[in-house]
Amino acid sequence: MTKMSGAKALIESLEKQNMEVVFGILGGALLPIYDQFCDSKVRHILCRHEQGAAHAAEGYARASGKAGVCIATSGPGATNLVTGIANAYMDSSPVIALTGQVPSSGTNTSYMIGRDAFQEADIIGITTPITKHNFQVRSAAEIPRTVKTAFYIATTGRPGPVVIDIPKNAQTEVAEMDFSNGIQIRGYKPTSNPHPLQIRKAAELLAEAEKPVILAGGGVITSNASAELLQMAELLLAPVATSFMGKGSFPETHPLSLGSIGMHGNPVANKLLCEADVLLAVGTRFSDRSTGKLDKFCAPSKKIHIDIDTAEIGKNVDVDIPIVADAKKALEELHERLAKLLKKKKNSPWTNRVKEAKEQLNPPAKAGSKDLKPKALLQELRKLLPENAIVTTEVGQNQMWAALYFNALKPRTFISSGGLGTMGFGFPASIGAKVACPDRPVVDIAGDGSFRMTEQELATSVTEDIPVIVIVLNNSVLGMVAQWQRMFFKGRYSAVKLGNVPDFVKLAEAYGAQGLRAASIAEFSKAVKTALKSNVTTVIDVPIALDEDVAPMVPPGCGINEQVGEY
Amino acid sequence: MGKEKTRVIAALVENKPGVLHSVSNMFRRRDFNIESITVGGTEQEDLSRMTITVKGDEKTLEQVVKQMSKLIDVVKVSQLEPENIVTRELALIKVNIPDNKSRSDVINCVEVFRGRVVDVSPESLTMEITGTPDKIDAFLNLMKTYGIMELARTGLTALSRGVSSIRVDE
Repeated sequence: MTKMSGAKALIESLEKQNMEVVFGILGGALLPIYDQFCDSKVRHILCRHEQGAAHAAEGYARASGKAGVCIATSGPGATNLVTGIANAYMDSSPVIALTGQVPSSGTNTSYMIGRDAFQEADIIGITTPITKHNFQVRSAAEIPRTVKTAFYIATTGRPGPVVIDIPKNAQTEVAEMDFSNGIQIRGYKPTSNPHPLQIRKAAELLAEAEKPVILAGGGVITSNASAELLQMAELLLAPVATSFMGKGSFPETHPLSLGSIGMHGNPVANKLLCEADVLLAVGTRFSDRSTGKLDKFCAPSKKIHIDIDTAEIGKNVDVDIPIVADAKKALEELHERLAKLLKKKKNSPWTNRVKEAKEQLNPPAKAGSKDLKPKALLQELRKLLPENAIVTTEVGQNQMWAALYFNALKPRTFISSGGLGTMGFGFPASIGAKVACPDRPVVDIAGDGSFRMTEQELATSVTEDIPVIVIVLNNSVLGMVAQWQRMFFKGRYSAVKLGNVPDFVKLAEAYGAQGLRAASIAEFSKAVKTALKSNVTTVIDVPIALDEDVAPMVPPGCGINEQVGEY
Repeated sequence: MGKEKTRVIAALVENKPGVLHSVSNMFRRRDFNIESITVGGTEQEDLSRMTITVKGDEKTLEQVVKQMSKLIDVVKVSQLEPENIVTRELALIKVNIPDNKSRSDVINCVEVFRGRVVDVSPESLTMEITGTPDKIDAFLNLMKTYGIMELARTGLTALSRGVSSIRVDE
């Protein structure tokens, strides 16, 4: 037991969790905590907007596999975190959000929680539906156990964001602190081991399958199960499609890779998934953007669904064999069972079908094309980046082009806002990813609309010396909604034109970053090479056509195998 | 949508501030409908029991239980078997009494329904009645002829029959 202030106990608790970095912005209700950063080895990265801090924490978490921490002051600071917290919730990312709060009690202040004090917001009430759990600390002595519990909840089972709201009096109060306190949560016992009977049933079904397909989701990445996924695919000779969130869980250059499914999925993935007789879905929640019209989704197949969250079983898609377990453990045990049942095969009509479908539906980019088409540009980018480079994306056309044409080769190298679809996510997330992996190149594939939503974090990346590369696919328009207006609203553009402002090269330079412009593939290639060699953040402005569509596409209300447009 | 039915869900939750909010918030967010909810103490001091009546098809009811289980402060949730539970609800009913005949008629009804008169004034009678929601509905139907001035129902609470329980032992 040691006597100290709540603020000091908070920082010590973070140190005990091996947290090396916190992204945030201070404010009045956090002054006691910020004073402690002066004496701590925990690095505080000052962001320029709390939304940026929350996305950076998530980028850090998804690149590192550890929890990411962000911090904001009471009231507007806390509410500015909300988009980032909601994003982490939808994409099951372990983010800890610390918020300051007005005092919960005290003799030296007449303003307390519930009295509409200056910069008071009910962040517990606000974040209840977008967090895995939240805590409001009521006294300093609660802080060590609360932090420990928050990290445990955020990082185990199906990960998710946890908010800890810390009233100012709990920060200043001095108390005996017990850091050895264990975690006591009787209402939370995440399952991890699969049920042996379910594994047996799944193995028997897969052993008889003639046209098996594996669908890998973000859960495969979360549970670090990529090696097990590869082993399973190669044993079954089953092609692997990923959900958008699962991109990177399986090397997209592998002969069995189909790319990602969904509204703007790879046509091979969408087509073959609907031809499967057995679907093995791992760590995916069957989101609407993935499945298209539900009753047309893989209609003829028997379905096995592995997920750590019981509530995902049967939520959207009815399954034949549910397995509630950690993806890694379930795949290991399933592989062990299946290896005994399955005769090793070299080829089958199904593997031939996969090969033929890939050749037919994924033609290579036309050789010699000098145009700045997103497809050629992103395929070129893949060639320029090392395998372990991390790519983040913004949201909209840039994101869907990246999903279609940029091959992710390793888990945790493709980080994007899947569930919430948050424009402005990619750039701060790239900063967080770079902090987690300082020795690897980190690239944000952006659109001009999205980048503008969090571009002020250029200041963060420059002043904190966190060099990343931003590629702005600049069509001067909110591209995805413009595409929908072209397709479904008779081409009547409403409020989508952004104009040719700002000049992104000058904008970058104004922040002390490097600004480059590329008008051809050759210039683009040169700019990326320059950026990779620079130790300052580089923004590469790439003007593209205003009316460039993301194709192919599954029109709303259609099955995923009813895709229109050429890959 | 499958066939809709009404079911009783019992949950043991941490007895601390904010838990009712997180449960009701989940119902609203997931578009589930609460018909009635009662919350109160249990044999274990640090746990509260919630009894929630929900209407929905099989799939919805399954999701309600699963989504409730996910909440950290919910320790245990169970969908009670309808044929194997005792359910009770309490209602306080204030009825308008214009004359002595009405008064004795109402008192007769209360006796038939095994309720009790808990307050009397020259123009009104207040009664308490306990039973299954059906029984209370039937009684209220009778009282309508006299004019119900005020009504408060507690909502349903329930326990399973026999030795089975949703108790959690430390």
